[in-house]
Amino acid sequence: MTDPLAAVFRAEHGRVLARLIGFLGDFDLAEEALSDAYVRAADRWRADGVPDNPAGWLITTARNSAIDRIRATRRLDARHAALAAEPVPEPVADDQLSLFFMCCHPALTRHAQVALTLRCLGGLSTMEVARLFLVGEATVAQRIVRAKRKIREAGIPFRVPGPDELPHRLPAVLSVVYLLFTEGYAATSGTALIKDELCDEAIRLARTLHRLMPSPEVAALLALLLLTDARRAARLADGRLVPLEEQDRGRWNRDLIDEGRRLVIGSAGPYAVQAAIAAVHDDAATPEDTDWDQIVRLYSRLAPSPMVELNRAIAVAMASSPDAGLRLLDEVRLDSHLLPAARADLLRRAGRGDEALAEYDRAIAMSANQVEREYLTRRRAEVATR
Amino acid sequence: MEYAVLIYIDENQSDPGMTEAYTAYTQQLIDAGVMAGGRKLEGSPSATTVRVRDEEQLITDGPFAEAREQLGGFYLFECANLDEALKWASLCPGAKHGAIEVRPVAPQ
Repeated sequence: MTDPLAAVFRAEHGRVLARLIGFLGDFDLAEEALSDAYVRAADRWRADGVPDNPAGWLITTARNSAIDRIRATRRLDARHAALAAEPVPEPVADDQLSLFFMCCHPALTRHAQVALTLRCLGGLSTMEVARLFLVGEATVAQRIVRAKRKIREAGIPFRVPGPDELPHRLPAVLSVVYLLFTEGYAATSGTALIKDELCDEAIRLARTLHRLMPSPEVAALLALLLLTDARRAARLADGRLVPLEEQDRGRWNRDLIDEGRRLVIGSAGPYAVQAAIAAVHDDAATPEDTDWDQIVRLYSRLAPSPMVELNRAIAVAMASSPDAGLRLLDEVRLDSHLLPAARADLLRRAGRGDEALAEYDRAIAMSANQVEREYLTRRRAEVATR
Repeated sequence: MEYAVLIYIDENQSDPGMTEAYTAYTQQLIDAGVMAGGRKLEGSPSATTVRVRDEEQLITDGPFAEAREQLGGFYLFECANLDEALKWASLCPGAKHGAIEVRPVAPQ
């Protein structure tokens, strides 16, 4: 993003929109009024410079615009008249949390949750969301329109769930942020392996969420993202994928690792366990120093799923022998290139080159990401010429 | 807001304690000021479906859709928002073995 005003808008979008929805009690009106405020800000700020409190300026301007809009449509009832008289309050933490819970409400599809969260809390345009998920802009626009209609018609509230509901509702918020990060860190399709913008946005949302609600689960998710993100820069060299054991560990971001490590206390949930696994990797000065036994134990603490079984099998292979890992992989049922890719790697380590080639072929055919396919193709060629 | 709460259940599963459970649940709804109406329906074999095509009346025996889970009854809730409606719907005795569809009633 080169336009400095656009950067300010984006940085402030979540809390400004949240405050306006809380204040106006109307999602659509809040969005319309905020886009009016952006238009006005673009004029004024270019001439006079960005004000000291851009969020406050945007909220006041959007509030006035909302009142104008209400007047124009003659919807100005007693409640709206009262709005005009009220002073505009400063951004409130609860508003932003309410927006998280509304955008990630389980009554919305996962696609809609993701699109709404990026749009409303991340301040991304429909076009940016479409580009990040490699779908058409019209598709994203339609998902957002449908989601907003459902919010309005079904009465999905703008509020922070009570303590008794929170255990049912927080997981959806966490998994949307987690999904944004994983899609940024290892894009499932397309020409880029890493979408830096998506990783950054997920981390920003996780930090915001943690600031607003420092619960153990939120802390664990933020820790997991930081401890994983610390290795982001080392995952690519000259546009090529670099596997963990070949990464230049000097390029790992120690600040993020330290920040993540300080957070991991107080939860035994799945994000905390995954964060602990990431920390074990981060702690190893060389690949040989990796405490694979500890990683195996940690994977055993996660609820079984095909992805967990796959990763546990790889950890067992590294801790004991490739054959032990391969036996565990035989039990894994997963429709992803990751399964044949894991088998290929363990067969290669076991010196079973011919069998490895067939698995590489399968993985290459199944992967939708260009950088991953190139990596697998290189690995296959190395095995073929041995 | 008003919500129609449609209770879908497997009619082949009989549960002796259900009548009492629904009586207690309905009382809870009344006490909380959520209850705005509702009835239990006779079984789906008692249903008759009617369609009119080209002014011809077509009548068939049985419910609109043949499915394992059938509409067994409904409530009308008066709730502040979807979260409140979902909280009450999840306390419905049918939620434990069947499925409860919560639909906002369109404004008149």
